[in-house]
Amino acid sequence: MSTFLTATGLVLLAFFWQITLSGIQRKVTARIHRRVGSPWYQNFIDLFKTWSKSSISHGFIYDFGVLMALGGTIATLIFIPAGHIVVFDKLDNFFVITYLLAVGSLGMAMSAVGSGNPWASIGVMRALTQMLAYEIPYIMAVFAIIYANKTASIHAIALAQQGMGILGWNMFRMPLGVIVGFISLMGMLGKKPYDAPIAPAEIASGPLVEYGGKHLGMLMLQHEFATFVEVGLFVNLFLGGGTLLAFLIKYFIVYILATMIASVVARFKIDQLVVFYYKVPLALAFIQTAIVIFTGLG
Amino acid sequence: MALENEKFNEDKINEIDVNELDCRDTLTFWEKFGNIFRSKSIWMLHYCTGCGAMELPPTMTSRFDMERIGMAPMATPRQADVLLITGYLSVKTLRRIIYTYEQMQNPKYVVGFGSCTLNGGVYYDSYAVISRLDYYLPVDLYIAGCMPRPEAVMSGFKKLMNMIKKGEALGWKRYQKYYDWYKKNQVRALGEVYVKDEFHE
Repeated sequence: MSTFLTATGLVLLAFFWQITLSGIQRKVTARIHRRVGSPWYQNFIDLFKTWSKSSISHGFIYDFGVLMALGGTIATLIFIPAGHIVVFDKLDNFFVITYLLAVGSLGMAMSAVGSGNPWASIGVMRALTQMLAYEIPYIMAVFAIIYANKTASIHAIALAQQGMGILGWNMFRMPLGVIVGFISLMGMLGKKPYDAPIAPAEIASGPLVEYGGKHLGMLMLQHEFATFVEVGLFVNLFLGGGTLLAFLIKYFIVYILATMIASVVARFKIDQLVVFYYKVPLALAFIQTAIVIFTGLG
Repeated sequence: MALENEKFNEDKINEIDVNELDCRDTLTFWEKFGNIFRSKSIWMLHYCTGCGAMELPPTMTSRFDMERIGMAPMATPRQADVLLITGYLSVKTLRRIIYTYEQMQNPKYVVGFGSCTLNGGVYYDSYAVISRLDYYLPVDLYIAGCMPRPEAVMSGFKKLMNMIKKGEALGWKRYQKYYDWYKKNQVRALGEVYVKDEFHE
């Protein structure tokens, strides 16, 4: 029963925190563009509005994929330790989260292809290619952490970093790894240099092209929850988790930093993106892993 | 010549004042509740038909910044709430506009920019341009001017938001209720109107 309540609390926390932060992110982008920007609660209004609109179906797969994406992402979310809120203690394994996160992406891909729109197929193809590009360097950098800590439990890795103050964080113990992690995080979030899958002016928002009304609202919510999972994973792996307040502050800094970088750069083409990921971050991740394995530093 | 005129008179538009059409019904609690959110988050379709599109970049970017009142451009008709008819509407474009409008999800709103959508403007006697938009699609709001300046566009959008909040922007209900009348006018202008569904054929 307490597990159920904690899980519900975590989902509600992710809902209010991440959607508030999405509003703040729009405000930050606007200020960098020298605009006033929307109010911080704008994303709540957007979500409730999409749920109040009518919506059409393109068949069973189209409807089912949306539910699979949202359900899969919520299931992933409750494995993320947020500060000292740990729903499944000792089960929050990195590999469990990686596998479950794919359920959300695949649900969305299935649903988008089920709509039959060619833009959606192009968008899904690009999203899966991008996934292939960022996951290899990311996994490599995380393997170094798992090797150094001799565990894959996210909460255990976060706890192991809290002993020696700020210098105990993996960010300072593995400086190359954190660069790889952050570049991969930008790709996971679909932030600006890596937003080829949803390029609105080029392929009409890619996988989301056929969604309107309630379906679109559910996929927006899925995106917010997936963002919480990805940023939460980064904070736990590299910045040492901490208490709930420390977790949220670190989360805020990482997310706003990614936003600020995204608001001043242009978009990579998908082939440039793959070549970049396989050149720079993969090489850095190799060096980091070699240092950890052969010298024991970190 | 006389024969042609007679024939022309035969399929003349059955003129009615569209604003007098009765489509007001009582709003339920949930509709009133939804209207609050709908009025504060307006996603417009990024599809520009005429010269009025020139006024949208300054309205969107840092000079006037429409995002501060919750408006944002959207990429596809399925996601959008408001369809902007920015200026003159040629007969060829009208067909695409109708397809686009019918793809949008309810509730949806149409805003006509400039004098061309009101009465044809400088193209009032052109064979290729339609003169009155509200024969073909239910327009919720006109913004006058040739073209309206961004100040007028912003003030028009604020007015549209107030109308949505009060439940007065009922163009989409009018389109559903008087579909036959609109469809007749569309067919008269275009010859035939059908949505081609390549995927399911």
